[in-house]
Amino acid sequence: MASAREIRRRIRSVKNIKQITKAMETVAASKMRRAQQQTLATRPYAEKAREVLGSIARQTARGAVPHPLLQQRDQRNVALILITADRGLAGSFNSNMIREALRWMREQKSNVSVVAVGRKGRDFMLRVGRPIRAEFVPVPDPPTLTAALPIARIAMEDFLKGDLDAVYLGYTDFQSTLRQVPVIQQLLPVEPVWLADERRGMVDYIYEPSAEDVLASVLPRFTEMLVYQALLESAASFFSAQMVAMRNANDAAGELIDDLTLTYNKARQESITRELLDIAGGSAALEQGRAR
Amino acid sequence: MPIHLEVVAPDRILYKDDVDMVIVPGAEGEMGILPRHAALMSGLNFGALVIKKANEPDRHIAIGGGFVEVRPDRVTVLADSADRVEEIDIAQAEEARRRAQEALARGLEPVDEERALAALKRAKLQLKLAERRGGSRRPVSP
Repeated sequence: MASAREIRRRIRSVKNIKQITKAMETVAASKMRRAQQQTLATRPYAEKAREVLGSIARQTARGAVPHPLLQQRDQRNVALILITADRGLAGSFNSNMIREALRWMREQKSNVSVVAVGRKGRDFMLRVGRPIRAEFVPVPDPPTLTAALPIARIAMEDFLKGDLDAVYLGYTDFQSTLRQVPVIQQLLPVEPVWLADERRGMVDYIYEPSAEDVLASVLPRFTEMLVYQALLESAASFFSAQMVAMRNANDAAGELIDDLTLTYNKARQESITRELLDIAGGSAALEQGRAR
Repeated sequence: MPIHLEVVAPDRILYKDDVDMVIVPGAEGEMGILPRHAALMSGLNFGALVIKKANEPDRHIAIGGGFVEVRPDRVTVLADSADRVEEIDIAQAEEARRRAQEALARGLEPVDEERALAALKRAKLQLKLAERRGGSRRPVSP
């Protein structure tokens, strides 16, 4: 068994770790609350925006394309906007997203380049030699619409130039503090969403003032909103994962300290017993000597 | 037959219910929308959105531009900014107007100028609608 002094040293180091994990848990918890709140507040708008984009694309799927962002082409060159975090210590947050991205990339028959948002995703893609089209490091914290704009602009510009035939958005969808799911969605061209009422042969939309005017303002803005929402979802997921990971680490450290303290006490008791035996043995020997 | 209305701003849902009629500040002028309206998409101007429901007083929402999608059974308003008129704080709106005017007077980068202009328009609209709401305290003009 390790000596009492060694065990004491280990207890001290685990206590230090526990202090750090405790502090990180507290910080992550407060950031998590803010990020979750913001994510849930903007989600209805983003969902509605996606729905409206879907109906626009559905309307135009049949006829002429009234806006270049709706144009469906053969997907030869595509980009994946990969949103991860800059730091780890958040359980499997980054690795889950990266694994999903790799799985998706293997399925693609086209050339995939990466727009990396977050250091972890960028470093990984560099390591495996995937072409990086652009990188946004560090991830904006807290995410703002202003920070989402350049990411969305790159996607739209390259799509409009024809450098890209499609842009996908990969982020971790926030579902609850305990559950976050990596997803990959098509961002451009805007995909048609078919609704139940379409089957009944819905008439085309009337656009005011004109289809070109409405779409020219709506499509870019909604695309930006979707990128913004993805950043928010990812941030809420990251801080939730980190908070849970740090809480687990904290609990584990606490258990370890208890175990080590028990071992330490046993070791201490043993050494006391040994000393007592020595003393008892010694005094017994003296008694014997005196008796003789 | 009522029509389902949802008014959503980037940071919250302001209204979600069945209504009898809604008037929106369309890009081409005010539009009254009744159930079974033709499918339509339109930009929105700064202006008041009015919700009409039988046996209830009209509700007003200040819309700061945006977009509306109309389908025969539903209306979705995606506003760049939106405030319920009964919740407008006049003092706060005055303050926002003052700040925006000062910022514009200083001269700004184009992006910030756009944002300041939007803030100014929003504050002015809030004040106009809040005053029309009536019975509100009028600050002493400087």
